[in-house]
Amino acid sequence: MGDPRTTDVVVIGAGQAGLAMSRCLTDRSIDHVVLERGETANAWRTERWDSLRLLTPNWMSRLPGWTYRGDDPDGYRTAGEVAQDLDAYRRSFDAPVRSGTSVLKVVHGSPWHLVETDDGTWRTRAVVVATGACGTPRRPSFADELPGSIQQLAPIEYRNPSGVADGRVLVVGASASGAQIADELARAGRDVTLAVGEHVRLPRSYRGMDVHWWMDAIGQLDERYDEVEEIERARRLPSLQLVGSPERRDLDLNTLGDAGVSIVGRFVGERAGRAQFSGSLANVCALADLKLRRQLDRFDEFAAESGLAPELGAVSRPAPIRVGPPVLETDLRSISAIVWATGFRPNVPWLDPSLLDRRGGIVHDGGVLPVPGMYVLGLPFMRRRKSSFIDGAGFDAIELADHLAAHLDHASSPR
Amino acid sequence: MSTTDIPTVDNGVQVDALLGAKAQLSEVREAAAFTFRATNEWISGTHSRTTVDGFFGLGADQQHREPHQVETDHPEIFASADQGPTPPELVLMGLAGCLSAGIASVAQHRGIQLRSVKATVEGRMDVAGILGIDPEVRNGFDAIAVRYEIDADADADDLRAVVAQSQKRSAVFDIVTNPTAVVVELV
Repeated sequence: MGDPRTTDVVVIGAGQAGLAMSRCLTDRSIDHVVLERGETANAWRTERWDSLRLLTPNWMSRLPGWTYRGDDPDGYRTAGEVAQDLDAYRRSFDAPVRSGTSVLKVVHGSPWHLVETDDGTWRTRAVVVATGACGTPRRPSFADELPGSIQQLAPIEYRNPSGVADGRVLVVGASASGAQIADELARAGRDVTLAVGEHVRLPRSYRGMDVHWWMDAIGQLDERYDEVEEIERARRLPSLQLVGSPERRDLDLNTLGDAGVSIVGRFVGERAGRAQFSGSLANVCALADLKLRRQLDRFDEFAAESGLAPELGAVSRPAPIRVGPPVLETDLRSISAIVWATGFRPNVPWLDPSLLDRRGGIVHDGGVLPVPGMYVLGLPFMRRRKSSFIDGAGFDAIELADHLAAHLDHASSPR
Repeated sequence: MSTTDIPTVDNGVQVDALLGAKAQLSEVREAAAFTFRATNEWISGTHSRTTVDGFFGLGADQQHREPHQVETDHPEIFASADQGPTPPELVLMGLAGCLSAGIASVAQHRGIQLRSVKATVEGRMDVAGILGIDPEVRNGFDAIAVRYEIDADADADDLRAVVAQSQKRSAVFDIVTNPTAVVVELV
């Protein structure tokens, strides 16, 4: 095989997004390869903690030409089950995945882009970046100045409580990852403090139905990027403070407090060896409770208008979050480990810096990069609210495959 | 002839101008870098005068319409002349002023007509800190409580949301709830 090899589309990443795009391209008989640094669904295999389950129910994992066929549509699958399912999806249409291939550099051009890998170079007319939103953990800049004796972990490095240094643990961030890890550590008998900034609180189930069923039913997950106000703000919204568990339990600051977790404000810095926590905790909890009530109001309105109300459970409202006397600082010498559940940015060091914004995010309009023939998939609220969900990747892939096919037609037409 | 059933809300806030500025400053991020300045001159005893006049923003030096001055002092129970608010009281004044400005702006943006907005602010302080009686006691407030009474065309949850959003976007709320690096030097 000569170098560079030529194809029409290089898809980078064989997770749900890359495979969904591969399926769309296969259906259109468009020549392509899917480059994967590890195995199919690599991050699900290697970058998830042991107990992690999806936040969305099993039925909500529709991909082009693929639906849930198991006998537990309302359950929440484990990361390992996600990897198995995606591997079965890959086999179902014989996706051209080249595993164990790392991308080193993408050189964009016209009409050819070059994708350099540790296994030779590809010349391609289109590139789809599908490496996911959770590549590089974000940490505040003062993290580097904290005492070296403190073990610092990101959620993609955390596996289980035994991997966290003995002693008191500070978990930073109360969205899905931070709340779940704090909960697991507390249940393992650890002394846990959770630093809480802005977050989105929701009950696991409401009136007998999963909260994601509601969000899907009222059309919220299908809200489009070009229809919402302030899309940049919507894209920055943290993940929902939820856990997928067999017993479908709630996870919020009250349940965490009951489990023995100490709740403090946002971790805002270090001074004289003491961690400083914001005094804004009461307000972020008040904001989360107000938004929760708004959200449940929307569900109730839908229930009434759709005539489904008689089929559903009773209207109720979760108790407001109890905020205790504020703790504003703590001696860092008392902390043995910090888990930074403070978000991610895409890990795309091989992409030209001109394609990134000032925060390291990929510049795009609904997944279409400013360079013709370049696309991205799987980012938060990329084309619709569920873009970063497994269930959203396929809908985005179908639309972007349309755009991509038109690009290829245009690029191949005589000038 | 035209009629409209959308009530006109006027809290005296130019929301369109604020949203326009937000859009422009999102494009030209350098212009969002502001520096506020004050000068202070000691008068006598614990009495001093602080003046604000110019500040930097939108890429250029800016001026207040006219210089504004505040005199601060300590009360008579500390054997001072009480020529003005104490500096910590000025912080409470700043917090209330900032939150009320935010409430008016957020309410305007959300189409809520305000009729009256009143706040009381309490800062709790153990002066054993500033007097050096007890090294375990901090100098500043150990808690601040702000209580709003608002008369407006909105239900209680909507008003709670306005007050919460005002805190979320308040400079002084951020200044008093989060640490700030401070350098004081002699030149």
